[in-house]
Amino acid sequence: MAQKSMTPHDLTEVAPAAGADSSKVQTRLSVNGDTLSLEIEPRVSLLDALRECAGLTGTKKGCNQGACGACTVLVDGQRILSCLALAVQYEGTQITTIEGLAANGSLHPLQAAFVEQDGFQCGYCTPGQICSALGMVDEFRSGMPSAVSGGVSTSDLEFSDQEIKERMSGNLCRCGAYVGICAAIRQAFEEEVGK
Amino acid sequence: MKNFAYSRAESAQAALTLISRETNSKFLGGGTNLVDLMRENIEQPDALVDVTRLSSGGIAELPNGGVSIGAEVKNSAVANHLLIRERYPLLSEAILCGASGQIRNMATTGGNLMQRTRCYYFYDETARCNKRNPGAGCDAIGGFNRIHAILGASDDCIATHPSDMCVALAALDAIVHVQGPNGPRAIPFEEFHRLPGNTPQVETALGPHELITSVELPPLEFAKNSRYRKVRDRASYAFALVSVAAAIQLEGDNVRNVRIALGGVAPKPWRARRAEQALTGSAANLENFRSAAEAELSAARGYRDNTFKIELAKRTIESVLGELANLGDLQ
Repeated sequence: MAQKSMTPHDLTEVAPAAGADSSKVQTRLSVNGDTLSLEIEPRVSLLDALRECAGLTGTKKGCNQGACGACTVLVDGQRILSCLALAVQYEGTQITTIEGLAANGSLHPLQAAFVEQDGFQCGYCTPGQICSALGMVDEFRSGMPSAVSGGVSTSDLEFSDQEIKERMSGNLCRCGAYVGICAAIRQAFEEEVGK
Repeated sequence: MKNFAYSRAESAQAALTLISRETNSKFLGGGTNLVDLMRENIEQPDALVDVTRLSSGGIAELPNGGVSIGAEVKNSAVANHLLIRERYPLLSEAILCGASGQIRNMATTGGNLMQRTRCYYFYDETARCNKRNPGAGCDAIGGFNRIHAILGASDDCIATHPSDMCVALAALDAIVHVQGPNGPRAIPFEEFHRLPGNTPQVETALGPHELITSVELPPLEFAKNSRYRKVRDRASYAFALVSVAAAIQLEGDNVRNVRIALGGVAPKPWRARRAEQALTGSAANLENFRSAAEAELSAARGYRDNTFKIELAKRTIESVLGELANLGDLQ
């Protein structure tokens, strides 16, 4: 495990501290297998900590209010929105970002599928789409139903486009590459979880 | 966002000790609503006490056949738990209709109860809002109020409660367990959220620095035959215009027991007691479902843009009950 020590750049989104307590706190985050020691204010979001402090700019800031999904990362394998997460809350967890998916110089199969299926145009939402899809497939594997599964008592889930669309509804793509995104997710996982 | 002091509690007692150190302090769950409100400067606490790592027993079966859900349990874990899916399907369905997969993985059970309204004027610092600034007035009443309340509103506030999960909890007569400076207490779900009256800034029955520790679902055999239906502007990832949580038990062709709660129509999760009373003991047919819905909505008041919700609510109640009545007689 590499040990990196960093201090944050100025954050453009935050005003000068006006609160009762402007002190920074020592925060250790585990990101893609590296331990990062950050000195940050409690108000710094996980998204800003990743981008501005750790230099991991693959995770994108879209709406910064939990509406678009561009900032999706995996925490202990579960997808979350890093814009609504305070970095200090995520000490002791394993965080995975888009930078942590390729192994030994090879793209993750889902990344490769996005390329093959034209799962993007501008690419801004893509890191969030990919991290979200990875978490989504794990949820599907666990048997978690969705709002379109035809009742929650069923354990007979079908890896259909309808299911993929419902489960990916937290990720917007303003280019409208949804057809390619669905196709990429299908290509990467259909053999394993589909029928 | 204003900065604040952060601390993390691993027991309810520790949380109460930490919260008492600052007057202007709040408990922090998944942050999916609070962090957003802080970024908008609507909430400006001096200190946050993180209660996501408390251990309140997870999801556990109770000796009476009910189920207890720890306040820190994530929404997705509740929705996917077999006890909930089998015994209280309306609760799983309600959660799965809310927010997105990412947000359900962050949001906690206690935090869901503490959500604040999504009224645009509440979020807009340049607008008048009695909830944000008591006495300022309400720009929603004469403004764009398509998403606002038709039941239980007041001349001071017509905002709706945004939760789906809480609508199911209202139908189930859940009990909210809390701990505070004066010890533990149990709050019936219907008394947990408050109607606005002339104090719309007071949204729950919680006292200062009281902490939700768990939500108890009493045993309800016929909740197996239950449903949550959400009507909204998009098929997914949108707040409800109208939602209905319902459970029904038939005896022959008659309604023996029924639970109905409505979302998207009131400042709190709305238990439809009038409709329940009208139906209990009567024949289970669409005509009666319709008149029960009429009875519930007789007190409804529409505003400029949301009068459509009155008829929408009636039709959704009728339709959901019809579906449940055809689905099954559990006798």
